[in-house]
Amino acid sequence: MQQTAEDQQIGADLCVEIRPHWPQSLAADDLTRLSLDLAGISRLIDIMLPPDADRADLLRALPVLTDPLVEEWTVSDSVPGSPLVSLDVFPHPGVTDREGETAARALSLASPQLEGVSCRAGKRYHFAGAVPDAVRPSVERLVGNPLIHRFIWSDVVAAQPPAEQGQRIPTQTIPLPEREDELMRMSREHGLALDLAEMQAIATHFAALGRRPTDVELQSIAQTWSEHCSHKTFKADIEMAVSGRRETIHGLLSGYIMAPTAALAKPWVRSAFTDNAGVIAFDDEHDLAFKVETHNHPSALEPFGGAHTGVGGVIRDVLAVSAEPIANTDVLCFGLPETPEAAVPDGIHHPAVMCREVVHGIADYGNNMGIPTVGGAILFHPGYLSNPLVYCGTLGIAPRDSHPTSPELGDAVVVLGGRTGRDGLHGATMSSGTLDRAAVEGTVVQIGDPIVEKTLRDVLPHLRDERLYHAITDCGAGGLCSAVGEMGQRIGVEVFLDRVPLKYPGLSAWEVWLSEAQERIVLAVPRVALPRLQALCRLYDVEATVIGTFRDGGRLLLRDGAETVGDLAMSFLHAPPRRTLAASWEPPAAVPYKAGTPDDATTALLSLLRHPSIASKEEVIRRYDHEVGGGTIVKPLAGDAGPSDGAVLKPLPYSRRGVAVAHGINPLYGEIDPHAMALLAVDEALRNIVAVGGDPDYTALLDNFCWGDVSDSAELGRLVRAAQGCRDAALAYGVPFISGKDSLYNSSTHGATVVSIPGTLLISAVSVVPDVRRAVSMDLKQAGNVIYLLGLSADELGGSHYLWTQGNSGGRVPRVRPAETVPLLRRLAAAMCDGLVRSCHDLSEGGLAVAAAEMAIAGRLGLRLDLDRMPAADPLAAEALLFAESSGRFLVEVAPEDAARFESLLGDVPHAAVGAVTADPRLMIERAGAPVLDLPIAAAAAAWRRL
Amino acid sequence: MTVRTLVLSAPGVNCDPETAEAIRLAGGSPEIVHLNLLLDGKRRLDDYGLLVLAGGFSYGDHLGAGAVLAATLRYRLLDDLLRFIESGRPVLGICNGFQVLARLGLLGRVSLVPNIDHRFICRWVPLRVEASPCLFLRGLDDLDLPIAHGEGRVIAAPEEIIHVPLRYRRNPNGSDADIAGVCNASGTVLGLMPHPERYVSRYQHPRWQRGEGHHPAGLTLFRNAVRYVEGQP
Repeated sequence: MQQTAEDQQIGADLCVEIRPHWPQSLAADDLTRLSLDLAGISRLIDIMLPPDADRADLLRALPVLTDPLVEEWTVSDSVPGSPLVSLDVFPHPGVTDREGETAARALSLASPQLEGVSCRAGKRYHFAGAVPDAVRPSVERLVGNPLIHRFIWSDVVAAQPPAEQGQRIPTQTIPLPEREDELMRMSREHGLALDLAEMQAIATHFAALGRRPTDVELQSIAQTWSEHCSHKTFKADIEMAVSGRRETIHGLLSGYIMAPTAALAKPWVRSAFTDNAGVIAFDDEHDLAFKVETHNHPSALEPFGGAHTGVGGVIRDVLAVSAEPIANTDVLCFGLPETPEAAVPDGIHHPAVMCREVVHGIADYGNNMGIPTVGGAILFHPGYLSNPLVYCGTLGIAPRDSHPTSPELGDAVVVLGGRTGRDGLHGATMSSGTLDRAAVEGTVVQIGDPIVEKTLRDVLPHLRDERLYHAITDCGAGGLCSAVGEMGQRIGVEVFLDRVPLKYPGLSAWEVWLSEAQERIVLAVPRVALPRLQALCRLYDVEATVIGTFRDGGRLLLRDGAETVGDLAMSFLHAPPRRTLAASWEPPAAVPYKAGTPDDATTALLSLLRHPSIASKEEVIRRYDHEVGGGTIVKPLAGDAGPSDGAVLKPLPYSRRGVAVAHGINPLYGEIDPHAMALLAVDEALRNIVAVGGDPDYTALLDNFCWGDVSDSAELGRLVRAAQGCRDAALAYGVPFISGKDSLYNSSTHGATVVSIPGTLLISAVSVVPDVRRAVSMDLKQAGNVIYLLGLSADELGGSHYLWTQGNSGGRVPRVRPAETVPLLRRLAAAMCDGLVRSCHDLSEGGLAVAAAEMAIAGRLGLRLDLDRMPAADPLAAEALLFAESSGRFLVEVAPEDAARFESLLGDVPHAAVGAVTADPRLMIERAGAPVLDLPIAAAAAAWRRL
Repeated sequence: MTVRTLVLSAPGVNCDPETAEAIRLAGGSPEIVHLNLLLDGKRRLDDYGLLVLAGGFSYGDHLGAGAVLAATLRYRLLDDLLRFIESGRPVLGICNGFQVLARLGLLGRVSLVPNIDHRFICRWVPLRVEASPCLFLRGLDDLDLPIAHGEGRVIAAPEEIIHVPLRYRRNPNGSDADIAGVCNASGTVLGLMPHPERYVSRYQHPRWQRGEGHHPAGLTLFRNAVRYVEGQP
């Protein structure tokens, strides 16, 4: 950054360093672990002045960038000559730099001469001592990510940063080879992720047309046919071999997920599987929209940015059904937090870092949007070490019949919100392949800007209520190609790629068309509505640009100025060849339960409470604003920060009606029996809904499959079994699926072996709470109250967390008992409506003992329970009664004066009074008059909080 | 007489709907007004009796919480704002709104910087109301309110006189002298980090199922403001 007088005239490059001078506490634990002393962190702003401005203008305006009370700033033309080593961290050119853009905005506000100034914001880490070369890469990984940041050490001459813009390459036509191996090589080299049949279909199509495809066309087809956009595995014909017996399955999605919804025909299901989110009726005038997405591959590469844009994406799904988001949910799966550093594969973030950064990303986006993050879970399992899972969900509300879905001839194609850059090219085709290839393409990383999305969220309800659009969709994976292509599928559409507003010049036509730049929404707008739409967008600081027209002919016409760069028949583009896949399944042989040398029950409970999947998530939950909006009635933390089963929101100020959201997930069962896993996940989601006051007969489900390498027939077979479990559960419990998503190929290559994640099914549930004043929390309320156990316990320790923490093996996975559980859920819900339930908690990971401990911790009270009174299917050993995770069970607290009414309401469903709440804060569990478990609640809480 | 209340909205402000609802419950007549409407002259601050700067992350809180919204008000609307305050009409800044008021220097020499542990925190906190001229906190004693912020640590220059009507009973963020809220000398301008608009109903209290929350302190705070304006000539 050398500067001469000459430079100043043409616009000098200056660096402002802003250092806090209040007593700073540095969050530098990780750097301390590297034996480094941080002397301070300051903000840097690199400033490129506009041609007409001079340095004096800048100096006058600079205070706007700082808080003079607590910060001091210096302007330097070169790296300061401090004797201390420092590290500067800046985003790479082209990577979204929100802070820098805001700095430019503030400077031009303070001084009109600075209009047009451009800024890049970074950070400077000052070290108190030497930083050995050997630890520098570790430091860089802690303070940034080489995929999105460049690092400049003060004692190393930095290489010039790459040019701001890449080269714009004119659209090319691409010859399609005839030989199969060459077609496949082309699929790989162009990042198409298409198989041979698909490549051949493309070759045949263009041979018939007598021309070569352009790069834009080829990429459009690859994108539209990608796993992410067309769900080809879930739509494929599958030849399934079960113990040698063969059957053909015509589509997992239609046969196992959508069919039960049609069969159940619930009148309150408003829209299922047709739009960006599933929709159910809330009351006579409003609908609820719910969607859960995954953002696994991007989060593995850049945990903050991946999770950040995952949240942003699912919020747009809800915006794109014309709804207003009211809550977010997040379910995360990571490798074990105590994994030794040496066991973490190269290029993979340590699970602890991954977790911290993903949580930061979710918190930043949700908090900035002002959407409460009200529910979720964090699971840890060694199988997620290389492939973490990040499920992001958004719930929204909309006035009934306010969501138009049909573009009309002549409507303008309008892109709203963020500008287009090279961000996230090939995210959709990446979902069709494993992680390894993607890691080398830095462009897959996306950085979000929640404030841009917030302005979209601000303006869209106005556009909706004034009926200014005929159709709306979000720009997610596949970018404009996917959004506009799908919207124009029925009519046809013409798009001028040169009219798309860009973050920086130099993008090739196909890059503009495929970019997955964030915070964009596409609308079909009647021409007559354009002026009003533009005015509203200006008011809310939203950029709106007409980029094309819906026109008949059934073609996708892509122009770049005067040049036609794409001309595809919609009928070809949206009809990928149907795949036929092979799957196989061998029912697992029953493995008898094998106990090791079990700990005594008290010690076993402490180990369970300390298990990272069970232990308190308070640290994480408090990073999320779970109360913004003021409608969170059952919060994620209950009493003394106990784990709520679900959340209840009150979305409308003038109505007492509420909405409950909850989840069911347990990959441990899936390792033994994926079919049972699906049934149990539905059972758990429903339990959690009912535990907080939801209506079991007014509950809808979302399915999210995260699976491994399904090109392996056994892996695909497990997926088929899980999907069949979804069908069986939906029909048995009478709960429809309304939306879902799949993320496949969550696997990584280690040497010659491909390691897949444990097949993981997340069931998310949404339900209506008739009156939020009857919602129930899980913390014990009052000493002297009666504790009931509802549901049957059985000898089912297979796949349990007890088995894991004790190092035992085998055993039966819990069965579901819908014939008993469905009436039980209904009667419990009725008892809650009558106000008879003081607290309620479902029995899940860790069984009775963990549920009881959590209720006592949350209520700061004690519990005395008698195992002999538990309703059981078989005569059971104490460890099964205490720790088995049998389905369909709850602990319920009832005041003594309500006990008779509660029991008569329950009728013949399995239940028993098993104990009482005590003022003495101890968990005391007895069998045959003798204590089998005796633990002060303070000790239980200390273990659960991992103190 | 209805108290016309301007609830300011801007890119990144996100607590405006529930703040407007709180004003309505308190008997006021709220209008959520986008900053651009004020900048374009389509709304005039002078037409309102009460101004509330709602919480959120205005302009992403880049350059520091509230910095850009404060800069916009300073360079484009400062005269209107000062006239509003000088006429004795109340101004309430909640969370991000407090950060904006502090940046504008309307509360004396105070700054809000990142929480001492550098973490965003969302929790309910017990607070103590100090004797002060603050009109918003009249009749309130100890109270519970939720906080949800990453930059709520108050730094107050020790030699300066500032007016502190609200303190944390357990300091959640490292604020100097447990300061949770600061007002001007006449008590008509209040900035506070806790969110009174999130406690206007019993069912918002985290322990309502345990029988708490019968006296929503947030509602009292907004009622105080509305009644104060109603009582003005």
